[in-house]
Amino acid sequence: MAFVLPGQEVPAKHVNLKLGPGLLQQSNYTTSEDSESTVISTKAGTLQHSGNRSKWWVEGNAKRYVPAPQESVIGAVTQRMGEGYRVDIGSAHQASLDALAFEGATKRNKPNLKVGSLIYARVSLAHKDMEPELECFDAQSRKSEGYGELKGGFVVSCSLKMCRDLLDPKHFLLPLLGGRFPFESAVGMNGRVWANAKEIKQTIAIVRCIEAVDPDGGGMDANAAKAFLQTLDL
Amino acid sequence: MRPPSPSIPEKEFTYGALKQNIRLDGRIPLEMRSPTITFGPELGWVECALGKTRVIAYVEGKMVKPTPERPFEGIITIHSEISPMASSEYETGRPSEEEVTITRMLDKAIKRSDAVDKESLCISAGQRVWHIRLTVHFLTDGGNMLDCACLAGIIALRHFRRPEVEVIGEDEVIHSPLERAPVPLAIHHSPYCFTFAFFPDSETSPVLDPSQLEQRLSAGLMSIALNAQKEICVLQKLGGVPQDTDEILRLVKVAVAQAKDLSDLVDAKLREDWEWRRSKVEVI
Repeated sequence: MAFVLPGQEVPAKHVNLKLGPGLLQQSNYTTSEDSESTVISTKAGTLQHSGNRSKWWVEGNAKRYVPAPQESVIGAVTQRMGEGYRVDIGSAHQASLDALAFEGATKRNKPNLKVGSLIYARVSLAHKDMEPELECFDAQSRKSEGYGELKGGFVVSCSLKMCRDLLDPKHFLLPLLGGRFPFESAVGMNGRVWANAKEIKQTIAIVRCIEAVDPDGGGMDANAAKAFLQTLDL
Repeated sequence: MRPPSPSIPEKEFTYGALKQNIRLDGRIPLEMRSPTITFGPELGWVECALGKTRVIAYVEGKMVKPTPERPFEGIITIHSEISPMASSEYETGRPSEEEVTITRMLDKAIKRSDAVDKESLCISAGQRVWHIRLTVHFLTDGGNMLDCACLAGIIALRHFRRPEVEVIGEDEVIHSPLERAPVPLAIHHSPYCFTFAFFPDSETSPVLDPSQLEQRLSAGLMSIALNAQKEICVLQKLGGVPQDTDEILRLVKVAVAQAKDLSDLVDAKLREDWEWRRSKVEVI
């Protein structure tokens, strides 16, 4: 684990190298003999790699989401277009979602989303010079895999670090809340968490706990969050 | 860029919760977020926070020639511009509707309510007066920027000290702070602003100090500026939600109680800061 700054060279080398968010491969044009390419970081954070050093990525905390392929995101439909939808996922540009990118969608049978609907989708294409594209199904199996429109519930915005923490099965918050009452949740990598419980109070408790635990907000630890949850009237 | 309006689930959830008198941040409908007041190293610089909303206000004074119409009165100007720093929905150069409302309300609550005595700002009639400039910076929009700006503005004016000026014959002598203690502005009263949000559903009770989501979903806002002496300076209601006289009077009573609490808090904070400054001088 090392701290890297944007533009810094990263010692990522592997025969089957996979670069995650925050890293960019550059080819060296300066020396013709040495055609080795270098990897530089594009954001500040700690450099992480997988056990066999084949997968590398940068982990930092930010509020502005930069789309990366294969990440799950939560977005709101802002516009309907002929062939699909424009979706706000909190990135610099709006993402486009094809109306056929849903499970079981055909030319005749397309889902009908309204402006303002919330969707849980996966980023299928995130080229730096193009608009990001989303899809609500797995391209191989053509099954929804949990993606699709989110009905009811509430969305809370948090920092990107918080989202990653929530996706970690070892993180304390969601099991702690789940021990008190049943609820559904969807965590987007773009700093949005959707939660739905039976009672309004319970959903609000989830929202407030996430805000309280967020390192950019309250920054509570497990014990403090437990105590905080006790104070909420459920 | 206009912000996307809240998504359908957010909208339905918030309306549903408000109908049961539950707010997203755990407050009761007529409860205000408790303000955080931080003073800067300079006199007349204050940062005010209401929840996530953050506003900085600072006061500067300079000596100018008065206007020929009012030769005995000082000049007070309020500059408030919402920059894109507060939220991506605001643009520079094109004032949004909210910015216009805030600017006009600040003007009415602080300047036109004669909170600051203008005649005491006169140094020599027709020749020299103080020009007090209050600048308000909006750092984060977490809803209800107006109340926060008004609070920050009035605290900054009360915190500010101007250097003492003596007129000897034709000359004005400005005493540096090291020579003579700077003097505070003559403040007649401290108006505080309270904003209530009304919702399209008439059964939903109005809320005090709306958060950003509540403000966006509201059908109308009512702002009351008043001081701890129960004197209403401004009452403005925007948006077409008809309300009973009784309801308005009830909200005014709520605002009166809030103004008293807020005034005590502000007095305590200003005293605390002054004590701290005094102790610091002794150490040096």
